[in-house]
Amino acid sequence: MSNNLLTVAYIAASALFILSLGGLSNQESARKGNLYGILGMLIAFVATATVLPHGITEYATLSTVILPGVVIGAIVASRVAMTSMPELVAILHSFVGAAAVLVGVANYLEPNSSLTGVEATIHQLEIFIGVFIGAVTFTGSIIAFGKLRAIISSKSLMLPARHWLNLGMILASVWLGFQFMGTGSLSGLPALLIMCAIASLLGIHLVLAIGGADMPVVISMLNSYSGWAAAAAGFMLSNDLLIITGALVGSSGAILSYIMCKAMNRSFISVIAGGFGAGAGSGSAAPIEGEATATTVDEAAEMLKDAKSVIIVPGYGMAVAQAQHAVSDITRTLRDRGTQVRFGIHPVAGRLPGHMNVLLAEADVPYDIVLEMDEINEDFAKTDAVLVIGANDTVNPSAIEDPNSAIAGMPVLEVWNSTNVIVLKRSMASGYAGVENPLFYKSNTKMLFGDAKKNVDALLGKLSYA
Amino acid sequence: MTIAVVKELETVEPRSVSTQKPSKIGIPKEIYPDERRVAATPETVKTLQKLGFEVLIESGAGAAASYLDDAYKAVGCQIIPDATAIWSSADIVLKVRPPETHEASMLREGGTLISFIYPAQNADLLSQLAERQATVLAMDAVPRITRAQKMDALSSMANLAGYRAVIEAANNFGRFFTGQITAAGKVPPAKVLIIGAGVAGLAAIGAAKGLGAIVRAFDTRLVVKEQVESMGGEFLELSFAEDGSGEGGYAKVMSDEFIKAEMALFAEQAKEVDIIITTALIPGKRAPVLITEEMVASMRPGSVVVDMAAEQGGNCEVTKPNEVYRYKDVTIVGLTDLPSRMANQASQLYGTNLCHLLSDMGGANDYKVNFGDEVVRGALVLHNGDLTWPPPKLEPKATEQKTSEEQKSKKVEAKSAPPVPSASSSKSSTNLLWPILAALALVGVGIGAPESFLSHFTVFILACFVGWQVIWNVKPALHTPLMSVTNAISGIIIIGGMLQISSDLSSPTTILGAIAILLGTINVSGGFLVTQRMLKMFQK
Repeated sequence: MSNNLLTVAYIAASALFILSLGGLSNQESARKGNLYGILGMLIAFVATATVLPHGITEYATLSTVILPGVVIGAIVASRVAMTSMPELVAILHSFVGAAAVLVGVANYLEPNSSLTGVEATIHQLEIFIGVFIGAVTFTGSIIAFGKLRAIISSKSLMLPARHWLNLGMILASVWLGFQFMGTGSLSGLPALLIMCAIASLLGIHLVLAIGGADMPVVISMLNSYSGWAAAAAGFMLSNDLLIITGALVGSSGAILSYIMCKAMNRSFISVIAGGFGAGAGSGSAAPIEGEATATTVDEAAEMLKDAKSVIIVPGYGMAVAQAQHAVSDITRTLRDRGTQVRFGIHPVAGRLPGHMNVLLAEADVPYDIVLEMDEINEDFAKTDAVLVIGANDTVNPSAIEDPNSAIAGMPVLEVWNSTNVIVLKRSMASGYAGVENPLFYKSNTKMLFGDAKKNVDALLGKLSYA
Repeated sequence: MTIAVVKELETVEPRSVSTQKPSKIGIPKEIYPDERRVAATPETVKTLQKLGFEVLIESGAGAAASYLDDAYKAVGCQIIPDATAIWSSADIVLKVRPPETHEASMLREGGTLISFIYPAQNADLLSQLAERQATVLAMDAVPRITRAQKMDALSSMANLAGYRAVIEAANNFGRFFTGQITAAGKVPPAKVLIIGAGVAGLAAIGAAKGLGAIVRAFDTRLVVKEQVESMGGEFLELSFAEDGSGEGGYAKVMSDEFIKAEMALFAEQAKEVDIIITTALIPGKRAPVLITEEMVASMRPGSVVVDMAAEQGGNCEVTKPNEVYRYKDVTIVGLTDLPSRMANQASQLYGTNLCHLLSDMGGANDYKVNFGDEVVRGALVLHNGDLTWPPPKLEPKATEQKTSEEQKSKKVEAKSAPPVPSASSSKSSTNLLWPILAALALVGVGIGAPESFLSHFTVFILACFVGWQVIWNVKPALHTPLMSVTNAISGIIIIGGMLQISSDLSSPTTILGAIAILLGTINVSGGFLVTQRMLKMFQK
């Protein structure tokens, strides 16, 4: 295949990738969008494969790595539970990061002698940056995976002078970059590898310092990084398709991070710099007085039966308890009784942007009753009962009422404006942000303690009997 | 509901604890004319017994409320034929109405009486009871706080009275409440105006609405608007800003201008509505006159006015207490025994209120008159003959404290708001900084970089912008699929790996490239497949 044809194929692939992302603008076109993406990838792959030097060994090598890759990916994708999507996404990010590092190093090991002068310098710079971003993405994603899997404590790690530590590591990398640049062929390898190690440490430290509640930001940030890593690889290989795709993914991740940060009223810098609540809340949060009222399944079921309109607010707790199917059944039962049931989803509910939507979709909840925070927040006042399932920080009134709270100013679902609030929760423990929740002490709030799944099942039993 | 704040009452009065444990409760027959209620029903007797009390009841005490002696006997009550015996032998006497003079004189020396007392109006009765060293708790003085709701007999009686007021109105109103279109012609719905949306007013709104009438309600307290609307009533508002929320859930006395505007509203409504039910009370004072003689005269013939404040003087100028009569073709209902007209249920509710109070005081075994208990202290008018009424001003109630705290926090919030603009102003300066930096960087790239780099750079920047535009259109609900799809797409890095491999299998470049391809492929297939799986789930 001629080089021109390859370029055309790449243009087609790029266009398909853009269409693919554009297709996700709504649920109807989303599946088509995914198919566009697959098609684009196939075109890119086949076109690239045809320009390889034609030899049996190349194809043999290619197939020996491609086939296992496809099989492994397929198995993982079909096995993964929807509740562990965040982990899957995180670990896949780390693969992109690792691949970017490998491609960068491999590229360095096979110098392109045709480049001279400035071009050679830029090429080296591209390799260096590509490896740096790749390494940060790789280790950062692995730590994120560990945190989401609860292998690593989700608490943020606060090393003393951690900002200086980060700065030092970046400066060291820059210095190594100069060392690397000045060298002739291959002699810069030690500098490259040392930088790679430092970048790995930086990735680990960056994500370790970020608390659990900021996880959605971290994931989308790593998503962005993986895109930039691909784009950097594109630069060093002079491959426009990689550049375009990398840029698309990079900006997508950046926007997601931005949306998540806005949803938590935090600046992007402060999240990346790590440490939840370190900046906010200089004064001590107002103490909470009063006592929470516990309720029983019977009472809660009565409340739901009497309600004309119900809003269900799920949180990460629902995902942990795998209660989404039972919640879906309750929704169906209530809707059959003529009750208006809707869902209110906070942008950062769960550990991944859009996590709750996916879980509810998995459980066959119609997506047109699943609403975003901005769409539903005003309706709480007109709602008879709100069922909070495993959500905590996203329904915390102190974000609005208490300027000293660590989460002050964060937009929250104003569930307390409704007539009755039933909170399904394991215990009175505070949420990921580690902030007390005055919602539990409000007079219209009833606490239904215990495993969310069991309680939702019990509620369902009571509701379907009547 | 739970009360939010647990607090200690600081009172200088002795925390007196009665030493002798009362065990006998006496229920005399009500002797007030037309009073059909009784202070205990067979149901509540059982509760009293569970609390450890022995219950004596006067023969025929519950007959007017359809609770026969046999029923009391069946639950283990002692039936006493003679009122004197009850009064003199019981440790605690439970009654509905305040005792008559001769009843009070029968009370055992140092005995306890719990009933409606209206201490403000009945000073003579108080001094008489004081002479007998009595301890008296007035059910009408139970403070109206959240915790005391279960003992709030005024509310439970008002609820019944409100319902009954509508029934009495319907009884005296010669038409349907509900609008109908029949073969014989159209019947318009009745229009009901309810003045005062307290417990009685709200109950009346619900009952009238239930019969199909168009219900309007007025109250000086703007906070009840929501409650009125929740019962299906239409809340009438004056174009006048003054809130009449007073203490203990009652309305306070309003300014003259307000009253003028209010009266104009009533005059206008009187011409329009068929039924007016008034429930306006101001504690310890004569009920305010809201419906003047002219207003009544301006009502359509056949209309009805039910004055639920008749006992306290009446809200209507022409009300005659305890009488139903026609004034210029308008029926004026001045009944004062509305709850008593539903004696069976009224007795049950009142009896339950009493049980709750006694249980709060510790039952028979731990019985004590605890001055620290806000509810008991509020209701206590005489303690061993000492006048303890009116009770000392309590600290602001829990709910009020809460609201004031809320207001405070709102104020703080408002105060803390200003820093935001300053932050954004500093942001705007950085906003300016970024384009300048970007321009400088672009100039730098333009000077230093070779052409081959620039063409890639163009592609890169354009792709960033395309991505930026496209991604903003993605629905938040689809953010997870978006991430997995971008994940799959970023697996495009395999192209990079593919360009590295060569026929030389031992070269490190090939090996590294091959590993990169493996990882990338997992990403591609895993990402696309899991996205497909997810998207399949989204359905309408």
